[in-house]
Amino acid sequence: MAEASDNSIRVDGIQLAYMAQVRARRIMNLILIVLFAALMFSGFATADARNAGGFWDGLGNVLDFPADVFGEAMERAHLLPGYLLKYLPSLLETVNIAGAATLLGAVMGLLLSLLATRGLAPFPWLITPVRRLLDILRAVPEIVIALVLIFLLGGGPVPAMIAIALHTTGALGKLLSEVNENASLKPVEGLESVGANWSQRMALGVLPQVAPNHLSYVLLRFEINIRASAILGFVGAGGIGYDLRNTMSWGQGKFDEAAAIFVLLFLTIVVVDQCSSALRNRLTHGTSPSKVTS
Amino acid sequence: MLRIEKLTKRFGVNTAVDAATLDIDKPAMIGIIGRSGAGKSTLLRMINRLADASEGRILFEGRDVTALRGAARRAWQSDCAMIFQQFNLVPRMDVVSNVLHGTLNRRSTLATVFNLYPTADIHRAIEILDRLGIAEHAPKRAEALSGGQQQRVAIARALMQDPRIILADEPIASLDPMNAQTVMEALRRIHDEDGRTVICNLHTLDTARRYCDRVVGMRDGRIVFDGLPAQLTTGVAREIYGAGADFSEAATSTEIDTLDASIRAARKGAAPVY
Repeated sequence: MAEASDNSIRVDGIQLAYMAQVRARRIMNLILIVLFAALMFSGFATADARNAGGFWDGLGNVLDFPADVFGEAMERAHLLPGYLLKYLPSLLETVNIAGAATLLGAVMGLLLSLLATRGLAPFPWLITPVRRLLDILRAVPEIVIALVLIFLLGGGPVPAMIAIALHTTGALGKLLSEVNENASLKPVEGLESVGANWSQRMALGVLPQVAPNHLSYVLLRFEINIRASAILGFVGAGGIGYDLRNTMSWGQGKFDEAAAIFVLLFLTIVVVDQCSSALRNRLTHGTSPSKVTS
Repeated sequence: MLRIEKLTKRFGVNTAVDAATLDIDKPAMIGIIGRSGAGKSTLLRMINRLADASEGRILFEGRDVTALRGAARRAWQSDCAMIFQQFNLVPRMDVVSNVLHGTLNRRSTLATVFNLYPTADIHRAIEILDRLGIAEHAPKRAEALSGGQQQRVAIARALMQDPRIILADEPIASLDPMNAQTVMEALRRIHDEDGRTVICNLHTLDTARRYCDRVVGMRDGRIVFDGLPAQLTTGVAREIYGAGADFSEAATSTEIDTLDASIRAARKGAAPVY
């Protein structure tokens, strides 16, 4: 009997301690929610106060531009296939800039990511400098790099490509290094035990584990870069961005052509997305039909 | 109580479970044995409705469980707890939260997402953990526990559901012999004390014989044996596992006693006979 009451006292103690922990956690959550709401409202209020026109006054006009574009495009819908063909070469140029920049950035990003991952890096003292370098590459907007390079090298696709590749290196270097951190070190140790050097350990021990995740980040970056390279066209890097700027200006009556360019960009993103999921599935599951287990 | 009628599950051209028929008329502890790929897991997954049956019916107290959809299906799942080989806990959450997941079907989404469980439920969760002997681990993260402790947390989650049936899919296959014994004894105690039906997939004969009231043998998706543990002779076992004359029960055993016995037998210079 005494044993039973001892036990119930012990369980009561555990219950009390856990309830205290639960209450502390609930209070923390409440504080966080209140803080989040306060930040959101105050941030919005600040932005609205600094706004030139005022958010609430302008809200009604937000749909005017899409409505104009859509209206003109519908009016001259029969011209759309022609426009799609007309702007296809510019689109290819834009995709080309994005593709070259992504490849270059991915190769450099992969190398830097391995140098910046704790546990994998060959020179631990280099981890912090490499991470700061990646931070710098991410911090400078690609449009600034592009403008400087266009000034130095003249307008065209090459400055845009370099600018996007540098930003991609910074972004992918960080993301890929976070993926590398989750790789198991056991295969790496296995390869070390047979006398493999660092490059061999990375290429044969780490990459097979992380390849599917790396690929999905690189392909996502490719999508982002297509958009970035279209934007750089606005500042003289060529490609479809240049055409978009010309057709989008108000009062030219070229909104139907702008609509065609939007359609092209949308289709490109869809195609890249579809290809990337197909590729990723192949890489994660292989090509053989999945085995049935019971 | 629970009736399974010609239950079949096909994956493409493969038939995982082939017209399985089973009748459980009163609460019991039932062991299902068979080699891997025999369809044991698929059978349990269909009863819990994690997998849909291709053909056949599952009746619980006259109600067709296989036809349930949406909320009714989830309500059935909360009545029919499942325990997995790999525990299937949320590793980064604490033990009590994992046990409280057993109440998810009864509570509102908003309250559970913000971890707002009633105090009574939290107290009950800790009492269940105490019954399984792991109350002192209550505030730890599930991933910090050993395999045997994690499996007992999973059993506690099942008990928190207050289920009519407990399904256990190879609950001890990832555990060492000592932990395996603790977990099996816990399941047996739940059946003895609460009168809940426990259906347990096992891969060792001696475990099935020692803890179960009734043993079902499956081979290639079919139920080929259904009887008392005493009827489970070596000959029957050979048939279930499709093994030859060299089949020895001790070779698959996880029981410490069996291991001792087979070592003793080997020392005497004779092969273990069962």
